[in-house]
Amino acid sequence: MNKSKDNLLPFQYLLYLGCTVPVRALNYELSARKVGEKLGIRFVDIPEFSCCGYPIKSVNRYASLLMAARNLALAEKRGLPLATLCSACCGALTEANHEIRGDRTLRKRINEDLYQSLGRRYEGEGRITHFLRVLQQDVGIERIKEQVQFDLSSLLLAPHYGCHYTKPSALYGKIEDPENPESLDELILATGAEPISYENKLQCCGGGVLAINEQVALAMTRNKLEHVRAQHADAMVLFCPFCSIMYESNQRKIEKVYDTEFKLPVLFYPQLLGLALGMSPDELGFKMNRVKPVELLKKINRRAA
Amino acid sequence: MIDSRTLDPRFKLRIAQEPGGENIKKCFSCGTCTAGCPVREVTEAYNPGKIIRMALLGLKKEVLSSQFIWLCSSCYTCSERCPQDVKIPELMSAIKNIAVREGYLPSPLKDQISLLSSYGRLLEISDFENEKRNESGLPLLQGTTDEVRKIFERLGIRSE
Repeated sequence: MNKSKDNLLPFQYLLYLGCTVPVRALNYELSARKVGEKLGIRFVDIPEFSCCGYPIKSVNRYASLLMAARNLALAEKRGLPLATLCSACCGALTEANHEIRGDRTLRKRINEDLYQSLGRRYEGEGRITHFLRVLQQDVGIERIKEQVQFDLSSLLLAPHYGCHYTKPSALYGKIEDPENPESLDELILATGAEPISYENKLQCCGGGVLAINEQVALAMTRNKLEHVRAQHADAMVLFCPFCSIMYESNQRKIEKVYDTEFKLPVLFYPQLLGLALGMSPDELGFKMNRVKPVELLKKINRRAA
Repeated sequence: MIDSRTLDPRFKLRIAQEPGGENIKKCFSCGTCTAGCPVREVTEAYNPGKIIRMALLGLKKEVLSSQFIWLCSSCYTCSERCPQDVKIPELMSAIKNIAVREGYLPSPLKDQISLLSSYGRLLEISDFENEKRNESGLPLLQGTTDEVRKIFERLGIRSE
């Protein structure tokens, strides 16, 4: 089998980081870039990208569209598709693009406001995807399998899909069944590890209500931590920075509030994939994980290929 | 008890005119949204079906001044399952947009507006953050942009 880099096509994407990743999930960004490089994905950075607009949607829907359009205008200028690491960013940008493309009156209004306030224009030519879709669809499961160098078969992992990666399904053109998604399970399987199933696997992390009502949000997060613990997973695997804030950054707080202990490591999918591709935990930002995956790493070191 | 004299029959029409609220009148109260709602699972304070019913009845002030309209987590579970395509998360956004215009803006969102105005992002990328990025081998980012503030100014969005 030819494992040289030559047979990998270079996929080019503008890397859209959003608000949370570049400040609170450097391990996600780092591992995504490292894994991308290894698999022939070329990321181009636009330092001027701002918030996607999602947080302002409940205050003023039109403002959220305009904020998204600003980012899409920047992307359009570069003529490359955009890949997000955050699922909410992916949802907000995809939704805005969908609306702006489909409604000429709205497009005219957006462009008038963009031009008058910022001197920018957006013609509706943007293409948006999530980094995980790039791995699944562009690189492909088979090609990932070919690149795996390290045995992770001892790991039992709980996939967390989150919400905005598959829903609303009408927006994403029915890429996969939102009630029975499989892409993350397949991507975990491709690394050699075993994706487990657990109760309420598709449930929301609660992040969407954290700012409004922390108690409610943490209760939602706790529910899933309980279900994952019940299946004795070595870690939870996800790909949205906000889901990670809920399950990892807030895990200690939940343990205190509910007087319990989870100590459940939470990995970003590219961290897991990076391990399988033979990269070191340090390279993949494991030091930045709040819940230290010590046991997990021990488990695979023993079985290093 | 509901005093029918306090009901505003135009409320549902106003919601239906708001982007995202178009399908409110299609709701036939099947309860699918509430049954599958992960927020409802942990608190009785949130009940999407009841909120829709209240809005259709015309309980304008009760809906707009409530805390519960802000509890939708936008997970779209109900949206996928609704047999009438009411698009509940979009409907909640529409109701919240109206509430904001009526002066009901929760303070956490005021804070978010301030942050977005100041930095163009919810989290500032300070020199400290860029230094941390640099140490990790990550490219430096533009700390702030004033373009989001300009958008807010044009649309009259303020945190007060």
